[in-house]
Amino acid sequence: MSDTTTNPARRRFLVDAARTASGVALLGLGVGLYSRQAASLPSQAIRPPGALAEDSFTGACIRCGLCVRDCPYDTLSLATLGDGVATGTPYFVARDVPCEMCEDIPCVKACPTGALDPALTDIDDARMGLAVLIDEENCLNFQGLRCDVCYRICPSINKAITLERQHNERSGKHAVFIPTVHSSDCTGCGKCEKACVLEEAAIKVLPMHLAKGELGGHYRWGWKEKQKAGGSLVAPDQQHQYNLPQGQRYDYEGDGLIFEQDGGAVPFDEDPLSTLNKGLEAQP
Amino acid sequence: MKRRQRPGAQAVAERGWLSAHKWLLARRFSQLAILALFLAGPWFGIWIVKGNLVSSVTLDVLPLTDPYVLLQSLLARHAPEAAAVTGALIVLAFYLLVSGRTYCAWVCPVNIVTDSAHWLRERLNITGASRLSRNTRYWLLGATLLLALITGTLAWELVNPVTMLQRGLIFGMGLGWTLVLAVFLLDLLVARRAWCGHLCPVGAFYSLLGTHGLVRVRADNRRQCDDCMDCFMVCPEQQVIRPALKGADKGIGPVITSPNCTNCGRCIDVCAKQVFTFGGRFNNRCTDSTQPGAPADARAPANHSPGMEVLR
Ligand code: SF4
Ligand code: SF4
Ligand code: SF4
Ligand code: SF4
Repeated sequence: MSDTTTNPARRRFLVDAARTASGVALLGLGVGLYSRQAASLPSQAIRPPGALAEDSFTGACIRCGLCVRDCPYDTLSLATLGDGVATGTPYFVARDVPCEMCEDIPCVKACPTGALDPALTDIDDARMGLAVLIDEENCLNFQGLRCDVCYRICPSINKAITLERQHNERSGKHAVFIPTVHSSDCTGCGKCEKACVLEEAAIKVLPMHLAKGELGGHYRWGWKEKQKAGGSLVAPDQQHQYNLPQGQRYDYEGDGLIFEQDGGAVPFDEDPLSTLNKGLEAQP
Repeated sequence: MKRRQRPGAQAVAERGWLSAHKWLLARRFSQLAILALFLAGPWFGIWIVKGNLVSSVTLDVLPLTDPYVLLQSLLARHAPEAAAVTGALIVLAFYLLVSGRTYCAWVCPVNIVTDSAHWLRERLNITGASRLSRNTRYWLLGATLLLALITGTLAWELVNPVTMLQRGLIFGMGLGWTLVLAVFLLDLLVARRAWCGHLCPVGAFYSLLGTHGLVRVRADNRRQCDDCMDCFMVCPEQQVIRPALKGADKGIGPVITSPNCTNCGRCIDVCAKQVFTFGGRFNNRCTDSTQPGAPADARAPANHSPGMEVLR
């Protein structure tokens, strides 16, 4: 032990090694913390089709730009230092240049690493993000006008966006056609956001995690479960009984009150008591 | 003390400027030609090479991928597709064969930045040395790989000035130039050859590929050495020359075997005595010891020159 501390050459070596190690550790810590910060993708930056989930993507993409090069519409660009997107990774801003949803998906084919998943072969299956009609106050259709531009430009017209007719409360006598996005078909291409005629788009493509809510893992929709199982899962359905006048029936899970057409039978019995007791005869 | 002549002046006087800058010119040509190939596409629409040095496709058939970046990706737990793996194996094989740090001197665009900083440093006579260990780069290499493992992302690639410079030139620089400037200032002010010679983990990675590389600088003519020190003055990795040049009496062969030699060939250029040549790594026997039959162990070097200790 003593020669470790007294031998000047060895001492100097140890000091130097410690200095280097702590310098490197500090730098590593800095870069590590910066990487945590850089992991949060700004909401207007959309990844190309087929991109893996963001935390896997930044580990898979080697920042070569081959996807950028093979995009025929110059949609994609590589992030530079200061863009707020992980340096060197590809993204696009829908309001500037949206994705044209090429049928042969050249960007995915160009990717050497699989950061853009080659399992994506049908561009309609892409989920780059999800369009959300963010501003109902300024969307022209919400005011009862027939703008419909987002609806018409959408490559999945009438599937990703449908127009839902509702009563126009403002005029009292017209209809409004509400553009309604369906996550079952929206690819997040951003053409609607690009096309929106407003100064600032009322419909915007957001990353999935911002656009969609998510049920708790344990939560189930009762009616769906019931349908799947072909019957109630908790207790046998109660047999509903109704004390109705003659010639009337009640359909609990369907049409409601039904008048039977049996040729104008008198609705009430001569004896008022038997009318009151109708339907209860079988009961003890 | 009399101001020394600039290194290489003697060689220029004897062999002419062109011959004394032969390898330097070849190197600059190589660096710029590679960059031009990448830029011909975006600038002039001539698509010979697409992508950047991290991964590229040449003439739509040849994939090339930087094994260091791909290794980070592997450690971040991503299994890459075949294209990237093939590309990385080709590059790996090439540098294993040729010597890894050939990349540093002949391909990497940062070399032009650090060489310029070094040139200016000499011109302005900036000396102050910081006690930066040349092994720092291996620590940094380890740290970058560890970061990929811990964070699951290519954390180092967020700030790596080497990939950032080349990608920036081809795809747009953003604020990336600040990091390149930082490297320039580091080499200009902080220490001689601070970045490429001490810190760069990319160079460290490629040096590990170079331990068995075949293309080597040889000092076969070392008996001609007149201790002018010019090779030491120009060499970016000064420590690598000494064993080959001065090791005759220790039984050390004439081949520069250190994987940190960048194969820049500057020592060949500046030596007026034509001591150095490019050659292979084989046939590295010591045949020119001044004491025939001398044991190959340590003894005071016969032609010890005072400057060399200082310049280590
Ligand atoms: S699908 Fe086509 S338009 Fe969209 S990013 Fe890929 S290459 Fe570009
Ligand atoms: S081609 Fe793949 S690895 Fe290269 S930048 Fe695009 S997503 Fe990243
Ligand atoms: S982003 Fe807009 S245009 Fe594209 S699919 Fe979705 S709704 Fe249609
Ligand atoms: S020994 Fe020669 S070739 Fe190797 S790095 Fe030094 S100057 Fe360059």
